[in-house]
Amino acid sequence: MSATELPLIGDYSTPVPELNGARIGVITFPGTLDDRDAARAIRLTGAEAVSLWHADHDLQNVDAVVIPGGFSYGDYLRAGAIARFAPMMSNIIDAANSDAKLPVLGICNGFQILTESHLLPGSMVKNDHLKFLCRDQVLRVENNTTAWTNQYGLGEEITIVLKNQDGQYVADEKTLDALEAEGRVAFSYVGWNPNGSRRNIAGITNAAGNVVGLMPHPEHAVEAGFGPDHTGTDGLGFFTSVLTHLVGGQK
Amino acid sequence: MPRIVVDVMPKPEILDPQGKAIVGALPRLGFTAFSQVRQGKRFELTVEGEVTEEILAQARTAAETLLSNPVIEDVVNVEVVAD
Repeated sequence: MSATELPLIGDYSTPVPELNGARIGVITFPGTLDDRDAARAIRLTGAEAVSLWHADHDLQNVDAVVIPGGFSYGDYLRAGAIARFAPMMSNIIDAANSDAKLPVLGICNGFQILTESHLLPGSMVKNDHLKFLCRDQVLRVENNTTAWTNQYGLGEEITIVLKNQDGQYVADEKTLDALEAEGRVAFSYVGWNPNGSRRNIAGITNAAGNVVGLMPHPEHAVEAGFGPDHTGTDGLGFFTSVLTHLVGGQK
Repeated sequence: MPRIVVDVMPKPEILDPQGKAIVGALPRLGFTAFSQVRQGKRFELTVEGEVTEEILAQARTAAETLLSNPVIEDVVNVEVVAD
């Protein structure tokens, strides 16, 4: 494409669909980075993004919650360890475990917070190569029945952004066997294991399927022009999945 | 003022990438006697006044709930150090 074919002035914003009434919370801790991107991803699917502050207690009647990535509390102590004890997290833990089974998605630091909260098993340690890594990563959808993955095909390969230093998923062998046997591995790394994660695990779900955590970032792959390979929007499915789940349309 | 020292180590079965990096660097400086390094954390909790059994119990609980993650780490020592 020559320069003249792409005028520098114009409206390239993605049209935002009509509001569909769903309210999805995005929690912000000191040190959170990706709350704005998560809120944008939510709005692109027509839902309302509701900001939740870590120190507040009021869940504001949200229908689901995204715990975004970043470095909450500087990742001091351990990634996600201090955030887990924030007042808002107590509410989210209770709501996720309640009969209502609030859908909760933890991305990157959010995944680390979910494991520290014991909403998901295992933990994350430093990447086996010790380096911060940022790349487009191919994942395979291993479970498409959760609140956050039901719009994907089983075995579908998606490309979203991976960016972290403490991304190596670890758990004891018994836990890993149980995760695989119960279909609770939600996503696995394809082609290359970027951080030494046990059994190529990129993301997992709880038994009920309402709590999902993964290291890569679906919210960075929702809009043409900004996602992987400049065109990728494979992350949108997370956000359309939860809407489908909320209206009771799970397959 | 007395301090309560809490030592936390990665579990033996968890690969410790930091320790691995250190053990790789040692021979480059001529330290060839060390076959393995594991890196842990030491916390010092300062107490205003006397360390009672109740305060020590609090430290042990804090060590198991906040200072360590039992999935990947073990609390290997909790002791009082008087200055």
